[in-house]
Amino acid sequence: MLRLVLSRLLAAIPVMGVVAIFVFLLLRLSPGDPAAILAGDTATAETIAAIRADLGLDRPIPEQFVTWIGQLLQGDLGKSVLSKQPVSMMIGQRVEPTMSLALTTLIFAIVVAVPMGILAAWKHGSWFDRGIMALSVAGFSIPVFVLGYIMVYIFSMKLDLFPAQGFASIREGLPAFLERIALPTVTLSFIYIALFARITRTAMLEVLNEDYIRTAHAKGLKERVVLVRHALRNAAIPIVSVIGIGFALLIGGVVITETVFNIPGIGRLVVDAVLGRDYPIIQGVILVFSGVYVLINLAIDVAYVMLDPRIRY
Amino acid sequence: MRSRRFHMLVSAIGLSIGLGLLAGAATDAVAQDSKKTLRFIPHSGLRVTDPILTTAFMSRNHGYMIYDTLFSVDDKMVVKPQMVEKYEVSGDKLTYTFTLRDGLKFHDGAPVTSTDVIASLARWGKNDTMGQKLFTYTKEWKEVDAKTFQLVLKEPYGLVLDSLGKPSSNVPFIMPKRMADTPATTNVPEEIGSGPFRFVKGEFQPGVKVVYEKNPDYKPRSEPASNTSGGKVAKVDRVEWLTIADPQTAMNALIKGEVDIWEQPAFDLLPELKKNKEIDIRNLQPFGMNYMLRMNWLQPPLDNVKVRQAILHAVQQEDYLAAQVGDPEYYKVCGALFGCSSPLATDAGAVGVKKADVAKAKKMLADSGYKGEKIVIMAPTDLNSINQLPLVSAPLLRAIGVNVEVQSMDWQTLVGRRAKMDPIDQGGWHIFHTAWGTADMMNPIANAGTKGLGKVGGFFGWTEDPTIEKLRDDYAREPDATKQKAIAEAVQKRVYEMVHYIPLGEYFQPSAIRKNVVGNLPSAAYVLWNIEKK
Repeated sequence: MLRLVLSRLLAAIPVMGVVAIFVFLLLRLSPGDPAAILAGDTATAETIAAIRADLGLDRPIPEQFVTWIGQLLQGDLGKSVLSKQPVSMMIGQRVEPTMSLALTTLIFAIVVAVPMGILAAWKHGSWFDRGIMALSVAGFSIPVFVLGYIMVYIFSMKLDLFPAQGFASIREGLPAFLERIALPTVTLSFIYIALFARITRTAMLEVLNEDYIRTAHAKGLKERVVLVRHALRNAAIPIVSVIGIGFALLIGGVVITETVFNIPGIGRLVVDAVLGRDYPIIQGVILVFSGVYVLINLAIDVAYVMLDPRIRY
Repeated sequence: MRSRRFHMLVSAIGLSIGLGLLAGAATDAVAQDSKKTLRFIPHSGLRVTDPILTTAFMSRNHGYMIYDTLFSVDDKMVVKPQMVEKYEVSGDKLTYTFTLRDGLKFHDGAPVTSTDVIASLARWGKNDTMGQKLFTYTKEWKEVDAKTFQLVLKEPYGLVLDSLGKPSSNVPFIMPKRMADTPATTNVPEEIGSGPFRFVKGEFQPGVKVVYEKNPDYKPRSEPASNTSGGKVAKVDRVEWLTIADPQTAMNALIKGEVDIWEQPAFDLLPELKKNKEIDIRNLQPFGMNYMLRMNWLQPPLDNVKVRQAILHAVQQEDYLAAQVGDPEYYKVCGALFGCSSPLATDAGAVGVKKADVAKAKKMLADSGYKGEKIVIMAPTDLNSINQLPLVSAPLLRAIGVNVEVQSMDWQTLVGRRAKMDPIDQGGWHIFHTAWGTADMMNPIANAGTKGLGKVGGFFGWTEDPTIEKLRDDYAREPDATKQKAIAEAVQKRVYEMVHYIPLGEYFQPSAIRKNVVGNLPSAAYVLWNIEKK
């Protein structure tokens, strides 16, 4: 197992290197000029040129790249072009809201979707099964922002049960944290509940027709034990895969939910940085994201090995 | 065993979420906040904290929170002393002697001295349009003692006090010398001023949240607060700027009382906000904003004045204002270059303001030698305050026979691209639209659109016009207000004649404010002193 982890981490280094080069070049070739943005409306060409020189943007691109890589090797992601704040600090401020939302969404979706999928498979062809599948279609079909506005309208504006927006750190207490995170979590969960429920149902259906399940039934085991201990464990690999991929997508894809609920997360940081052509932030976030994706993939592989001893890497 | 742990985990998570839901109704942290915290949704997120480096209004408004100014303007735009206790002008009008008020202190406890003032003004003079002009007339700034300093001019200059009391970007804010010594093209490393609020650095999240606390050492002037002048009394202990990017979410937060002021509510949400009995819609920008169509004089065929004049005759302001603002309550057709509410307001020389003359424009275009060359209009899709304007220009220009190509992009791409002087096929442009606060264009020196300096020192579009530069200089030298007005009128006529830019009308951006918030001041910037929560 240790060998697997180490080899995967080593393999991540060239991947991150390619990502770094690609992102750097892409940003330098895209339109927009941080110096012009910084200077404002009445700036002269001379002022913009001076700001560009101050930011080092007038230097040749290879030279800029070498400087950036040199900083990275020292663990420095650089400073924001606009605010001059360290990028690592800015990312650090935004990680908690995004990770909180991603984790609560993932947990909520698993808690709701996996039992739904199991039950749908168990009651295959029943009204319950059809109902679950219909809900899944709805979950895929309703855009997140529409659902978000509906949730806010009902539970915040009409019933006054939750705040309309904002984020509270868990350091402010569990009630305050849950109060703020509940609506965005439920909103964002819908599509993942749909996805996880369908995958769980499909995986369970395949397993439930296997001989060893019939044997388990023949031995007189309780239905719950057959479903959870025998069937779910063997159906777990595709479910774990989709949960892992879902988590990776969640981290990068929460921007709409963050906007609707005014959560100051990584998604908003990236969008703002792209709009402001704040190169160091965009580069830093994408590198950090790449690292997180590598770790998520590693976690999925480790989970495979733990769930199915036959799997070897 | 694993299965049991799994069930326990699931149960615990479910219980936590359930408790959280129940707790939601009971523990409303926002509602428990004291009346001493003012929550404000600004029009954008603050990122650049240096109001001299950038002209962004966010940075200007931030500047007013923490910095102070030597002079400022009252509600009639008359310049008044602010940090200055008294000043004298020599008989030959060449030497101004200023004395600072007693007890002025920076937020780090250091006294404000003449050294700080001179360094601050020197930095401002490098970036600001009016500052640059003032410094071309300046022989030297002299420190007399810690509280007294002098401005010595090369020749009499009529806009000394107007420059030092300039209410909008870039405002000549006073900062400690160690900050003011930072190059004007580099962000200052600290946020230390002597203004009514202090910046809370530990809580700053660029683009998300800015926190200020009352400056207990601030000594307001005794006069009542008016515009950016008078007694700047902080009546709340803490101000939080909370950026909410989505207008619907911002409206919800205001209705629920999670915030107190929304600086710039979207026009289409105003009817909904007006229905709410707990919310007021207040116009705190009595001088308004102005739309502008700017052409690039470097690019054919717009280097031909006859083509520009044909385009001028093709537009009418009502079309733009109706499309962008919608409600006539919030806009005004206005041909005055320096703002319809400003002392220099006039219709002199105005063309095509109320009614386009399409037939004449067609004929002018045909006579101009225009051969159907493509004209590129840059259209920002993400800036709600101006994104309709290019979409109005395109059909108006096509109607007179112009071959128009609208190129959509985000605002920041436009900002980067408008600085390019390159030909069209190398990323150049012909036309962009923008908006200006009247306070930023109230005279020919402040109004960047009237510059005729061309490629060196000119505003994007690089209008090169020695005649208008001479007029601007005449205006700057002229101390008599009546004569100044006559020169400003000549500037306006020249702008319309040469088509430096096309004014597209004036609009007013109201704020949405909860009714328990009182004391908001109509102002050229958005100021948050004098406000309290009842």
